[in-house]
Amino acid sequence: MLSSSGVVVDEEEEEQEEEQRGLWCSGPFGLTVFVNADKMSSGAVYSHKDPMLKKRDDFEDILEERRTSSDLRYALRCYTPVLYKGVTPCKTSVLKSMVLQSDQLHYVINQVSKESGRAADDVREEASAILEEMAHSLQLSTVRFFAFMLSKVFKTLFRSICVNEEGIQRLQQAIQEHPVVLLPSHRSYMDFLLMSYILYTYDVALPVIAAGMDFMGMKFVGEMLRMSGAFFIRRSFGGDKLYWSVFSEYVKTMLKNGYAPVEFFLEGTRSRTSKSLTPKLGLLNIVMDPFLKGEVFDVNVVPVSISYERILEESLYARELLGVPKPKESTSGLFKARKVLSEDYGSIHVYFGQPVSVRSLAEGRVNRCQFNLVPRHIPRRPSEEIQSFVNDSAYRLVRAQEENMVLKPWVLLASLLLQNHHQNRAAGQKPGMALDELTTQAVWLRDVSRQYGAFLHWPDHTSPSEVVSSGLSLHRALVRVCEGRVQLAVEQGEQGGPGDPRSTVTPEEELLSQAVVVLSCASYRNQMLHVFVRPALLASAIHIASSNQKQEVFNSFSFLRNMFSSEFILCPGATVQDFEEACYLLVKTGVLQVTQQEVLVTERGHRTLAFLTSMLDPFLQGYQVVCRFLCEEDTETLTEKQFIPAVRKFIVNHLLAGRLRYAEVLSSDLQKNALAALQRLGAVRKIKGVEPGTLKVNRVMVNSLEDTLGGKLPTQKSVSARL
Amino acid sequence: MASNSSGGGSSDRQGIAQQRLRIIAGHLRGPVDGDSTILAAECKAQGSNTDVSSEGKTVPRRRQEIMKWNGWGYSDSRFLFNKKGQAEFTGKRYRLSGMIIPGLKDWFEGTFGANLQHKTPPTPLLTNTAVPPATLNEAFVEEVKSTGIPFSHDAEDRVFRAHGHCLHEIFALREGKIGRVPDMVVWPSCHNDVVKIVQLACKHNVCLMPYGGGTSVSSALECPPEETRSIVSLDTSQMNRILWIDEKNLTAHVEAGIVGQDLERLLNESGYCTGHEPDSMEFSSLGGWVATRASGMKKNIYGNIEDLVVHIKMVTPQGVIEKSCQGPRMSTGPDIHHFIMGSEGTLGVVTEVTMKIRPMPEYQKYGSVVFPNFEQGVACLREVAKQRCAPASIRLMDNEQFKFGHALKPQVSSIFTSFLDGLKKFYITKFKGFDPNHLCVATLLFEGNREKVLQHEKQVYDIAAKFGGLAAGEDNGQRGYMLTFVIAYLRDLGMDYYVIGESFETSVPWDRVLDICRNVKARIIRECKDKGVQFPPLSTCRVTQTYDAGACVYFYFAFNYRGLSDPVHVYEQVEHAAREEILANGGSLSHHHGVGKLRKEWMRDTISNVGMGMLKSVKDYVDPNNIFGNRNLL
Ligand SMILES: Cc1cc2nc3c(=O)[nH]c(=O)nc-3n(C[C@H](O)[C@H](O)[C@H](O)COP(=O)(O)OP(=O)(O)OC[C@H]3O[C@@H](n4cnc5c(N)ncnc54)[C@H](O)[C@@H]3O)c2cc1C
Repeated sequence: MLSSSGVVVDEEEEEQEEEQRGLWCSGPFGLTVFVNADKMSSGAVYSHKDPMLKKRDDFEDILEERRTSSDLRYALRCYTPVLYKGVTPCKTSVLKSMVLQSDQLHYVINQVSKESGRAADDVREEASAILEEMAHSLQLSTVRFFAFMLSKVFKTLFRSICVNEEGIQRLQQAIQEHPVVLLPSHRSYMDFLLMSYILYTYDVALPVIAAGMDFMGMKFVGEMLRMSGAFFIRRSFGGDKLYWSVFSEYVKTMLKNGYAPVEFFLEGTRSRTSKSLTPKLGLLNIVMDPFLKGEVFDVNVVPVSISYERILEESLYARELLGVPKPKESTSGLFKARKVLSEDYGSIHVYFGQPVSVRSLAEGRVNRCQFNLVPRHIPRRPSEEIQSFVNDSAYRLVRAQEENMVLKPWVLLASLLLQNHHQNRAAGQKPGMALDELTTQAVWLRDVSRQYGAFLHWPDHTSPSEVVSSGLSLHRALVRVCEGRVQLAVEQGEQGGPGDPRSTVTPEEELLSQAVVVLSCASYRNQMLHVFVRPALLASAIHIASSNQKQEVFNSFSFLRNMFSSEFILCPGATVQDFEEACYLLVKTGVLQVTQQEVLVTERGHRTLAFLTSMLDPFLQGYQVVCRFLCEEDTETLTEKQFIPAVRKFIVNHLLAGRLRYAEVLSSDLQKNALAALQRLGAVRKIKGVEPGTLKVNRVMVNSLEDTLGGKLPTQKSVSARL
Repeated sequence: MASNSSGGGSSDRQGIAQQRLRIIAGHLRGPVDGDSTILAAECKAQGSNTDVSSEGKTVPRRRQEIMKWNGWGYSDSRFLFNKKGQAEFTGKRYRLSGMIIPGLKDWFEGTFGANLQHKTPPTPLLTNTAVPPATLNEAFVEEVKSTGIPFSHDAEDRVFRAHGHCLHEIFALREGKIGRVPDMVVWPSCHNDVVKIVQLACKHNVCLMPYGGGTSVSSALECPPEETRSIVSLDTSQMNRILWIDEKNLTAHVEAGIVGQDLERLLNESGYCTGHEPDSMEFSSLGGWVATRASGMKKNIYGNIEDLVVHIKMVTPQGVIEKSCQGPRMSTGPDIHHFIMGSEGTLGVVTEVTMKIRPMPEYQKYGSVVFPNFEQGVACLREVAKQRCAPASIRLMDNEQFKFGHALKPQVSSIFTSFLDGLKKFYITKFKGFDPNHLCVATLLFEGNREKVLQHEKQVYDIAAKFGGLAAGEDNGQRGYMLTFVIAYLRDLGMDYYVIGESFETSVPWDRVLDICRNVKARIIRECKDKGVQFPPLSTCRVTQTYDAGACVYFYFAFNYRGLSDPVHVYEQVEHAAREEILANGGSLSHHHGVGKLRKEWMRDTISNVGMGMLKSVKDYVDPNNIFGNRNLL
């Protein structure tokens, strides 16, 4: 059993609850008694309490038992999960007909038929076909097949799969009380099979999972996944009323009746950078709807944080971000991944978070009476109030995922090595850092990150140097240790070393291959960004602000926060809270002194501050380069489509010319986010030019944004709120 | 008996009248105490002497002679646990009177976690010292004296008229806590008396609060503590005559203070009825019904109060408001009756009402249907409403209420079986496959001529069968209706043992019925837990009325408050939350209890700013000095 060390537990509260529960359970007539309901307050989603006091559960390795007992018996064991209020599972055919007969669909079919002049039966056929394409057909036999196969695969790939059992118990409880939505983080294709595998292991009801249609390209795999509970949705169906209606009714029918927990990825797609992605709201809207319309008393949303010590798709993602086109997800492609099987991917931690009650989230925020005047089955665009509620909730939920992501020591090493890599570059020093220096710094960073509330898994009974070397050895594809010095594995490109006579590596290719390593490392560093992002924004704000005046610093903070709101998870409208949280953390850790008027850096605070600013520096630089590109290049006819290749070329040149040190700026993710930020701020507009999606650049504005990012211009008042 | 023009032998008539008496006032047994009846003072101003009513009015001026001062109903009728620990109902008035109810103790202890050892008896006597002294407006008192209209500033009289029957009101009385009470009570005995009193009140700037039967459950009768003027309770109970019956048009002209049971009994003597039977009809008055927009259980045949009134006379500070004719429908701008109905005593005193009457039904039959679950039951009621074939009354109780109803079965045999065992045995043998923890029951009341009733009955049972409903006999039905008359007595029993509770209602579109029932019940349970209630509460509901476009839903909620320092406050918080939940689920603020002061805070959201403005401007015109200052509604 691993334990989350260094965590203060508030046990007293727990006990009191226990006492009360006793009486409630003694009700007659099997009166359903709720345990846990009080835990599902919105406060549990994300609290501004001292992060150090965060309580986290212990983990249990589920592979341990798999290594000692028969996989076959495991796959064939009795599986009898408890469902919501004891409903019996529902046949797919019954579910489909419920959807097709629903009032909502009925209404939309008639509407579409009237608008298009098509016969209603015709439209109904189409709806039925959409449903066929979409619907899951969960089969226990397939689940058992996967249980067997995955046991084998997981045991070869991973050292352990650690799950917080208390979280599973909470989930069990939640499933019986209210319909449940599972929201796992998404870092790998593995995620949803892994989720179902775990739930099967613990005899918890298997979820139905929203999956993108891209899987359907692989006929066989697609069908297998369907039979293990996946349902498929098209990536885009913008204005297609009928599609939307079938889809939302399908999800709601499953949810409302409690047939199965509904699982989907709030981030919409796998994050290639290990940063959480801006949440997508479509499905969240759908699953909250039954509560908002009073069709169920509550919906429990359970954020699940899946942390991989080493991501299977590590270099694949890096390549993708660099613009090496992503191989189409084909069955054969997956099988090529067999090579993957021979490697060691360390351990996985899966943390089932506190169930979040949608009812408590909505309390005092949404006036549910707004649904009183129109029949509830008539689809309507959500009101602004609902939209902003769902959006805020989505951010809170992503933060709840982030909070319980387990960080491995390697994440600290990757951060330190990256910073060192760039500093040495700049200073023209010998590459890498001494192993013991790295160890000392890692121990320092371990303590700092714990103070900031990181869920760090640093084995306390092992010596720091052992911890460091085991981290390095697992990631030997990314680091080299030679002569007691550790450095990123960038010197020899992947296509053979310079000694290879046939190698005709161009400088650009060389750069790209180095960038693969840098981006991979960056993805590990990114895992801890959520811990530091607010303090780091404050650190950078202090850096670029023209004075120590609190208001000025706040203005800069607000500017940066605004700039980076597509890059990091920053809840909309929470500027002041974020600022206060950042101040609180930095003051508490002795880095800053904040008075009524001023923000002052303490003597011993410089080290932390430097670390924090360097953490954000690649992003600051990256955004500036993108600005420069838009100002310097001929962008008259630039379209959105051409933007990425063009800016990439520009950046490559900058890197080669030594005008930019951060290869990670080559990440298309960063480039897209920067463009999105500029669009949000109105510096770039998309217009219908000669080509659709032509970008109209306001150079003056872009220029001034660049200068502000570089600290050359004071933050304009207009972009900042009052503190 | 007055005019008897329609056909049919008089013995026939009498037979029907007697049967009728047995049925609607079936709970009444034995003669009403003759001494307690006070003869209505002759109203000198009353010119014509067409009073068709006979002797035997229920409500004396001194209510304390027959009613409890700190609980529901007649002093001689109450539930108690006898020495053997068995529940029994005292008195002679009701069917249940004098009977042992063996299942109640088990149910009571089981449901609430209550214990007969833990008692919370009320303060036995009203101590006059607890009552704040009266602030009298001497000039007003003098002038009232000179009119000869009876009045009193006796403490008991005043306390009796300072409250309705909300939980917090009764709870406070039981604790002997008395807040602001009226300073004086007047008993007008006719319309003209009221005109005089209102004139004097305007002249001397005295606050008037009309008082009918005192059954309000909306804090409507509570005196506003901030009121500094002398508060005079205008008790209408002595204006209780039927002034005439018009058999050609089937209407009766009645003084507004008459209580439901007297109105029905007196009309029955002439072979008629109004058919308006709110559950409180023993004590609530015609004026009260008009003032609160009341609803009777048999509205499917007879209509709600707004369907029943043909003409209303109301005395306001600006004078008397009434229509000039009794046409059955008029297009003369917004109906002024609708300013009066639901005005909750804020505009004036309703003194006389012309009401529709009907010949008494020839035949009545109770019935009941058991459904496998509540969902099926609601679906059946919806279908019945759709086919517009609802019986006089149709009510659907959820599982908890069904069990409650069963617990109230009086003793038939002496063999004691535990309540649950009996229940299970009964339903497993009788309704195979029905889960006793899910099934629910609809109670039915059919009325009309025998043939049609039987036909109607078949139609309804056929519909029920489509929804899995099985006929469950007349007894179960009748017991269901009986329950509504004794439920208020039961609350007093609960309060003797740490259990407090209340019911509240709403109306809601059909498609929302199931959702609102589920959510409100769950909300109550959740809130109780959050507020520190130590035992799971009773949280149950029933659908009591059906309409074309929706239904009326009642929630009952009670809990054991042991361990709570301020149970009433907790209760109020939970009720508040439940009301919010109702509104969030598309339910109305009230179907018939009214707004009073209890639900005022939601009025604006309910009727919009403009709506509020409209009502305010009416109030400002009719009563610019706020003589009718009970501060209800707005
Ligand atoms: C056990 C119980 C069961 C109930 N069941 C029903 C039911 O089935 N249906 C239903 O509709 N209600 C029901 N009620 C609520 C209550 O009985 C009604 O609101 C009833 O209409 C009140 O009449 P009342 O004569 O008792 O009026 P009161 O309680 O005396 O007064 C209520 C309000 O009306 C005003 N008022 C009374 N008389 C006049 C008048 N003559 N002129 C002007 N204003 C006046 C008062 O000022 C006060 O604001 C029930 C209450 C209880 C306690």
